[in-house]
Amino acid sequence: MADRKLRILVAKPGLDGHDRGAKIIARALRDAGMEVIYTGLHQTPEMIVSAAVQEDVDAIGLSIMSGAHMTLFPAVIELLGGQKADDIKVFGGGIIPDDDIPRLKAQGVSEIFTPGSSTQDIVKWIQEHIPARA
Amino acid sequence: MAKSAKKVTLSKVKAKKPAAKKAVSKKAVSKKAPPALTYDAATVKRLTAEVARWRKSTLSRSLEKMPTRRAQFVNDSGIPLPDVFTQADRKGERLEDLGLPGEFPFTRGTQPTMYRSRLWTMRQFAGFGGPADTNKRFKYLIAQGMTGLSTAFDMPALMGYDADHPMSRGEVGKEGVAISTLKDFEILFEGIKLDEVTTSMTINASAIIALCMYIAVAEQQGVPMSRLGGTIQNDMLKEFIAQKEWIVGPRPAVRIVTDMIEFCAKHMPKWNPVSISGYHIREAGATAVQELAFTIADGIGYVEEGVKRGMNVDDFAPRLSFFWDVHNDFFEEVAKFRAARRMWAKIMRDRFGARDPRSLMLRTHAQTAGVSLTAQQPYNNVARVALQAFAATLGGTQSLHTNSLDETYALPSEDAVTIALRTQQIIAHESGADRVVDPLAGSYYVEHLTDEMEARAFDYLRRIDEMGGIIRAVEEGFPQKEIGESAYRYQREVEEGDRLIVGVNAFKSATDRSNIELLKIDEQVAREQVERLQAVKASRDQGQVSAALAKVEAACRDERVNLMPPVLEAVKAYATLGEVSDVFRKVWGQYREGGIF
Repeated sequence: MADRKLRILVAKPGLDGHDRGAKIIARALRDAGMEVIYTGLHQTPEMIVSAAVQEDVDAIGLSIMSGAHMTLFPAVIELLGGQKADDIKVFGGGIIPDDDIPRLKAQGVSEIFTPGSSTQDIVKWIQEHIPARA
Repeated sequence: MAKSAKKVTLSKVKAKKPAAKKAVSKKAVSKKAPPALTYDAATVKRLTAEVARWRKSTLSRSLEKMPTRRAQFVNDSGIPLPDVFTQADRKGERLEDLGLPGEFPFTRGTQPTMYRSRLWTMRQFAGFGGPADTNKRFKYLIAQGMTGLSTAFDMPALMGYDADHPMSRGEVGKEGVAISTLKDFEILFEGIKLDEVTTSMTINASAIIALCMYIAVAEQQGVPMSRLGGTIQNDMLKEFIAQKEWIVGPRPAVRIVTDMIEFCAKHMPKWNPVSISGYHIREAGATAVQELAFTIADGIGYVEEGVKRGMNVDDFAPRLSFFWDVHNDFFEEVAKFRAARRMWAKIMRDRFGARDPRSLMLRTHAQTAGVSLTAQQPYNNVARVALQAFAATLGGTQSLHTNSLDETYALPSEDAVTIALRTQQIIAHESGADRVVDPLAGSYYVEHLTDEMEARAFDYLRRIDEMGGIIRAVEEGFPQKEIGESAYRYQREVEEGDRLIVGVNAFKSATDRSNIELLKIDEQVAREQVERLQAVKASRDQGQVSAALAKVEAACRDERVNLMPPVLEAVKAYATLGEVSDVFRKVWGQYREGGIF
């Protein structure tokens, strides 16, 4: 598993500019020894998937505060499938109501972290659930 | 942080009386009358001796039995705090630094009577769904006693996209009201007489379009723009620093802001064309000192641009207003409001030579800290909001928004927003906050913090000046990096348990997530928006729209032409928000920030 460092794309889809969480997560994952690529703001699902494939990442973490999660998570997962890159796991966090979490998981999102989750919880979850791809 | 602030204090002292050459400095000082001090030398001496005695006896006996819980207490900006303050700690305090309410340097408030004459404006930010939904919420809030409107726009509107643009997928009406054309503005303000309310609009990159739509709706009601009162946020510098909603890059964005300042100075005497905002800077993770420093720096930036253009500072500075966040550290927040007023007064007088007292006066809106609300045990947020709101009023705010308890989950429900408004009404009518002006003045602690925050913020301003001004500093990412560091430090403190947040890393309970009712925005809103947009496009005079947009483009390309008149003409012809923004993008290019963290 530890053949190479985990590569994680932290992505900020949608139009909102709330990047405090995304940047803190990116730093925390880097501090935990992962290779982290942060997309910057205002990314379309197409831009995110293209970056994920090009950078050959193991997982994508999406940060969404705008309420558009029910649109954006499925769009990313569908595009990954289309690129035959559905072994890239998708997780995320942000302002996501509890009721939406099972619906997102049913659509292929691996995990959702809501406000108050610690960066250590997220690091631990990634280490336990995301295998480095060959 | 602490290091640099120390430097400031030292250099300030040195500048007044250099340590060496005592005789010379004494002579120099004796030529001018020494500044009047709040506490005379005898009082300070007596207190110094008393404190020394107390430390040796009462305090040390107590510490043997009950050591302090921490070796060093610091406030939320990292300012170290001693156990107790007395007059002795205020020995240099000058009467002129405090002044009196309504007088320079306005430390004690912008008005002589403050809330004894007029309570602060209770202005709850609202906007969601389609314009008819928000119109209904406005009317509800007015019926509940709210005294000013405040409009939140959705992300597509803030970023200059129409509801049918691919970038708008999933975002229409979600974080604010959806707006694409003048038609939407007509619905938004239907039945509200625009000369009887003041309206605040939280919009920046596309602010010029929103303001023109507002002017056009007022005109339809028979209200001339000269009678419109309100505020448009329009603070692009803080967008690049913190909120990150933009269309074009910093320089053209600031040019548009300056056009609006200039236009409003001439035609809209009751309108605040920019609300220089610390709120988003703080929410992005800045400390209170950083919020103070970067916001004042942004204000300096706008004044410099106005002056560069040949405007007389007193012709536009009176309408510049501010917007602060109010976080949990009660005393620090009160001190921040006071320090901000004093700094702005000094800067406007000494740096820009403003003479009109209204130019020197920092008037402000405030909002409780969204970022301080917790998803866990959400009803606790009512207590946080009340404390923050109380600090804002004791700090002397002119206007206030209180957050709702459910905002970590979604936009506030009607019940939650009512509790938030009631919180302000309780403070206003039951707490006594309205009875005495600047009630915490003279508190050794609050006055110390006021001085300390001012000194630390001025240190940042000096560094920004050395970089060549705030626009340059923003282009270099300086404030952004400082804020990122603070945000990460805060998160670490919480995770390491060095900072306790009730319900998050302490006092957790099993029933963390209460069943609070959440406001959900139906996808139907987006469909209706797109349909209305298409209907408007089908019914308008296309030739007129194209001609108006061509004029906007010509004005973009010629710095001497003010953009307000052509944009007003374009929105009146029902050109869409996206179409006008596309002209900006065509001329100046879409701005993008790299993925730095």
